[in-house]
Amino acid sequence: MDTLLAVRARGITKFFGDVVALDGVDLDVAQGQIHGLVGPNGAGKTTLLGLLLGLAVADSGGLEILGTPVGRRLAAPDGVAGFVDGPGLYPSLTARQNLAALAALRGRDARTAGIDEVLDEVGLTDVADDRARGFSLGMRQRLGLAAALLTRPRLLVLDEPSNGLDPAGKRHVHGVLTRLAADGTSTVLSSHRMDDLEALCSEVTIVATGRVVFSGPLSKLAAENRELDYRVRTSDPRAARGLAADTAGIRVVDDAGARHDAGLLVVRALVPALDELVVRLVHAGIAVRELAPVVSPLEAAFLALTEQQEAGR
Amino acid sequence: MTAPAPAPATMTTADDNVATSRPVSVARGYRFELVKLVSQWRIRLLVLACWIAPALFVAAVSRQSTLPSDTLFGRWMHATGWAGPLVMLGFAGTWALPLLTSVVAGDVFASEDRLGTWRHLLVAVRSPRRIFVAKALASLTVILLLVAGLACSSAAGGLASVGNQPLVGLDGHLLTPGDAAGGVLLAWVCALAPTLALAAIGLLGSVVLGRSPMGLLLPPVVALAMSVAQMLPLPVAVRLALPTYAFISWNGLFTSPAQLAPLLIGVAVSLVWAVLATVLAYVLFVRRDFTNPAYDGSGRRAITLGALPLVALTAVTVGAVALATPSTGSGIEQDKVQKSLATVFAHLYRLQTRQLHRPAVTEAQLRTTAACTKSDGQAAQEGAGNDWRCVVTWHLPGVAVAGTAIYQLDIASDGRFVADGDGPKEVNGYFLLRTSAGDAPNPLWQFDGDVELLDTH
Repeated sequence: MDTLLAVRARGITKFFGDVVALDGVDLDVAQGQIHGLVGPNGAGKTTLLGLLLGLAVADSGGLEILGTPVGRRLAAPDGVAGFVDGPGLYPSLTARQNLAALAALRGRDARTAGIDEVLDEVGLTDVADDRARGFSLGMRQRLGLAAALLTRPRLLVLDEPSNGLDPAGKRHVHGVLTRLAADGTSTVLSSHRMDDLEALCSEVTIVATGRVVFSGPLSKLAAENRELDYRVRTSDPRAARGLAADTAGIRVVDDAGARHDAGLLVVRALVPALDELVVRLVHAGIAVRELAPVVSPLEAAFLALTEQQEAGR
Repeated sequence: MTAPAPAPATMTTADDNVATSRPVSVARGYRFELVKLVSQWRIRLLVLACWIAPALFVAAVSRQSTLPSDTLFGRWMHATGWAGPLVMLGFAGTWALPLLTSVVAGDVFASEDRLGTWRHLLVAVRSPRRIFVAKALASLTVILLLVAGLACSSAAGGLASVGNQPLVGLDGHLLTPGDAAGGVLLAWVCALAPTLALAAIGLLGSVVLGRSPMGLLLPPVVALAMSVAQMLPLPVAVRLALPTYAFISWNGLFTSPAQLAPLLIGVAVSLVWAVLATVLAYVLFVRRDFTNPAYDGSGRRAITLGALPLVALTAVTVGAVALATPSTGSGIEQDKVQKSLATVFAHLYRLQTRQLHRPAVTEAQLRTTAACTKSDGQAAQEGAGNDWRCVVTWHLPGVAVAGTAIYQLDIASDGRFVADGDGPKEVNGYFLLRTSAGDAPNPLWQFDGDVELLDTH
């Protein structure tokens, strides 16, 4: 069965002078998918997002956005909206005026463009008539998202949209992105917040030094991963520690968190060995009160893959 | 690590065939840029200031006992409301217009760099070319609004406080209020040409220098450098090749006949500068890399690309003016000084005659001549300086003896001069005239004049 693709990139290469920003990048983003883009600083994420937004053209390779090949001209294809390096807002205008000016630019009447609706959607109704000059980073991010939503995009490109968001703001943004995905809008999202990506994205692409080092579902990333550190809190920490030390494939890690919290045990293991430890704890009558990775599988994979890439240079 | 799966079929529904980019129209972009400009408090403040402050200034100065006689037409601010807008124009050409263009055009691109909004704008408008055109038109609109404010406000202030009286021209002849109004309007229109040149330099600086404050400073720095150049004893051809010369050459509208050649050359040079600087700004802008958020200017190459063509234009213009006109020196020569002084004196003598209710005489009857020497004849009899001394001679019908009066002339290198009467006291040695209606300013005591630098007659 054919998969409908919002983005299809093949062998994208981009140079800035002598610097190779992107080196043969492939990327597929399905329709209605929230696709995460991860990578260390300078990996080429912003350049890639800029190509999707029409801010730059690739030096070589093929790029199709919403089914249409992207030409050599600087211009965002229809149906694409978003921002890189923070939303572009005019501080002398209010939130509503920023959106009204944008709507007018696109030839739409500010009264019927749905400005109130998008402001409500991102939780900025109360500050709609305040100048953007006084907005916090989180409010600016939400207003930037509202500006993108105003154009009713089919592909949303967002660079670090969760920067500066408080928990309520984050919930708003996550809710908006999830609803858009359900309605068929694709989103390419870059973030350094692994918890955001894990909560939102069905697939991720990890980029390091301009190359794709992983692209696929999150579940596949976890399966391909190496040993992880897990926090284990039990009803009998001393017995649990002894049991963990005796379980094959389990190593007890004496990390800072465990040193400061006598009730906490940190172990390093693959998932099957961890399953075995849980079974043995239960059999021994020790209650497991908490079991969680110290760092997320995505973050661990990110660190491992990018460090590997750096070492290979 | 995995590579993406082989390419599946992409979306090819009919709806997606419209996915080619459709840039926003220039008209919408223009409105967007205007909204942004007008929302800035400093632009609002400038508009208010330009539409209110000149009227207050002219009205206040016109009512003072001491007039700005060091400014062209300043000494006539008591006499007519039309002197006010010309005083304002003289001041605006040196200071106000370069500063206004720098605040508007010099910041119109740089502000996007400062706010980090280029990418947002490009995604919204989808065409760097249209962004450039919209920004250039919007800044031009605001500049025109500001210039119109300066002109209208100063004229309103003058007319309200002094009235719609005749204006004494630069050669002493009297312009009717209608002619004065036309001259004032034309002078401000001519001053638009160098204003546009400075605005284009502002656009160029704003594009080339990005968020660097030097972009904002470029128009006033260029204007100041050219004002300084106009004060230097440069050859006429160089003087006319500078785009700000039209801030001076409008003076020629207030002589009879009007000195049109330097005015037209000045306006043409300004417009060529405006077009070239705008084209350079456009070329550099559309070639810019918008993916770099830390853009601080187009680099040395772009600065060179922006500056070199303008330097070359100056060189070409100097050559063209030198070839087209016989004037190669300072343009201030003894015979021209004498002729100019005699003309002004004759016109103002008639004015003084009217004030004193003496029998009317014509310029032809007066047969006024002037004999001028520079540095007591010890130096070359040409060029600017305050060491010109002249003896004016005139004749009255029925009087056998010719009248004489002495003047010290301070001639600036742009051809303007101030003649300071040295006597006799009854003619030009005292600043007041005793008339039947009371004391009145003596028009022959001190007056302004203008030596035409080009040899066009």
